[in-house]
Amino acid sequence: MPKTLFDKIWDAHVVETLPDGTALLYIDLHLTHEVTTPQAFDGLRAAGRGIRRPEATLGVIDHNIATDASRYTGIVDPESALQVATLERNAVEFGMPLIPLLDERQGIVHVIGPELGRSLPGMTIVCGDSHTSTHGAMGALAFGIGTSEVEHVLATQTLLQRPAKNMRVQVDGNLAFGCSGKDIVLAVIGKIGTAGGTGHVIEYAGDAIRALDMAGRMTVCNMTIEGGARAGMVAPDQTTFDYIARTPGAPKGANWESALAWWRTLPSDEGAIFDKIVTLAANEIAPQVTWGTSPEDVLPITGIVPNPEDAPNETRRAQLQRMVEYMGLQPGQRLQDLPVDVVFIGSCTNSRIEDIRAAAAIAKGRHVADGVRAMVVPGSGLVKLQAEREGLDSILREAGFEWREPGCSMCLGMNPDKLKPGQRSASTSNRNFEGRQGPGGRTHLLSPAMAAAAALAGHLADVRDYQPKEALS
Amino acid sequence: MRAFTTLTAIAAPLPLANVDTDKIIPARFLKSISRAGFGKHLFANARFNEDGSENPDFVLNKEPYRKAKILIAFENFGCGSSREHAPWALLDFGIRCVIAPDFADIFNNNCFKNGVLPVRLPREVCEQLIEDAQLGGNARITVDLERQVVIRPNGEEHHFPVDTLRKHLMLNGLDDIGQTMQHAARIDDYEAKQKASQPWLVQA
Repeated sequence: MPKTLFDKIWDAHVVETLPDGTALLYIDLHLTHEVTTPQAFDGLRAAGRGIRRPEATLGVIDHNIATDASRYTGIVDPESALQVATLERNAVEFGMPLIPLLDERQGIVHVIGPELGRSLPGMTIVCGDSHTSTHGAMGALAFGIGTSEVEHVLATQTLLQRPAKNMRVQVDGNLAFGCSGKDIVLAVIGKIGTAGGTGHVIEYAGDAIRALDMAGRMTVCNMTIEGGARAGMVAPDQTTFDYIARTPGAPKGANWESALAWWRTLPSDEGAIFDKIVTLAANEIAPQVTWGTSPEDVLPITGIVPNPEDAPNETRRAQLQRMVEYMGLQPGQRLQDLPVDVVFIGSCTNSRIEDIRAAAAIAKGRHVADGVRAMVVPGSGLVKLQAEREGLDSILREAGFEWREPGCSMCLGMNPDKLKPGQRSASTSNRNFEGRQGPGGRTHLLSPAMAAAAALAGHLADVRDYQPKEALS
Repeated sequence: MRAFTTLTAIAAPLPLANVDTDKIIPARFLKSISRAGFGKHLFANARFNEDGSENPDFVLNKEPYRKAKILIAFENFGCGSSREHAPWALLDFGIRCVIAPDFADIFNNNCFKNGVLPVRLPREVCEQLIEDAQLGGNARITVDLERQVVIRPNGEEHHFPVDTLRKHLMLNGLDDIGQTMQHAARIDDYEAKQKASQPWLVQA
């Protein structure tokens, strides 16, 4: 029977099927960070258990840390400091490899996995973090888990899982000027809704997906969780293999040849059955921006704030009313007229070198508007070094952007980078929930190029009006 | 994990869809390294004003819902971040059961690992239960996991679905790591086979 990419990876990892259909699924790579692990290690300790395969486990510190120079002098917040110290202590006690905070490889867990060549096609990858779906861009089955499941994987290298359904999101044609992977995934979520993928694993297909570089595919898979699906995937192809070949973790010699032979068998077979198929035309996607407090409340930048009175039912009307009030908007207002206080370019969604190049291309030779705080937070130490080698940091600094140290930063309001109540941000992150970037903060999600354009304009802006003035180099 | 069998309790109505885990417990409260004590931050942004005082309009700040053990909401409850702190906060506050038309996958898993029962019932039933809950202190709702029914104050019963294995673990308060350890020999075999067929996975 023809199989999907998901079916193939799933079948290759089932250790045992239990009588009720639950599978004991083998996990090839377990990534960990400081926030969702302390209670899991406590559980291991209490039960006298250890880590089954430390070499298949990798820790990194990303959520809690400051992205300014203060990281070099010690973490100021005592609770953050304790959580980081706890991960460091657990790594030593349980023999888990951990990238040290001041190592050049330190970064956001979903940036470093692919970048170090640890996330490979055909793997099962988990992490106590919903955005683990990012690694699906490599052609892996990757999903987020809770802390109890983190403990389960540490102890057994397996998870108890029910099989998911297959869903294909097909994006055909060519993406228009000014659009990126971020615009694709926002348009997809706008179409299917935040629960549209619940119970499914999404495979992205079509020319527009094939044409994306690995960073673009990671952005798409990253936000798949915002569409309710636990995992997003892209079948591995030459773009994937060329990317892996440049990473330090790429299989070597004969292993490379045998890995490649297996990876080439992974794409979904002709005639494989999907439970749900959604199709989008890439050329109809305009630069996207969210206006509300759920990622599904997204519009083209040329759009206007919806009127709650036009809602199809009372529940939706009340929801829209609440959003309009929280976001400080007027129905009918043009999105392009909304002034921004803060611009954040970063997060596991959009902090890779390609994202920083996209922002720098728009910013070069221009300047951030008065009164706007614009920050660029590279996803890892390696991304930061690469950007500096290319002179992108100078371009951005000269344009008035802050150039910061790697970490999760303003994506989630648990480190010093936060919005103040009432502040409006243009953010390349993944969630616009109430209070996500700080209590009372108002978030508009968009692409790195769109964020750069907003920083220059001082309000949400159409990146198509901001063609690069001069080539990057 | 605490076993869950039958619960008869006050239910708090929260007639909202897409209640995300940032709403259940904002990230700034995730810095604790223990599982306990998150209840005081449950729904912090809605439950408390900026100065730390209680928001009297929020359901869990009203009588009798301060003592609620059941929460009733609408679609896609628990979406967003995978943080298990969300069920920990619910449990620490005293909530043992959430009833909604559907749940986000990771949150659903996390609940079962902690003895918080997520009950899926159709939207119309959730709307009825919310009306029941709004009657106040005398209205008790019963959740019977063995029989897989929710019983309204008027005695009407509604059947809900639940996986066999999860039901078994929950009814008996079992730790699933212990269950999985019984398959250790099969995991050993799997690893030996994988090492031979995919040596690049173990080269690190």
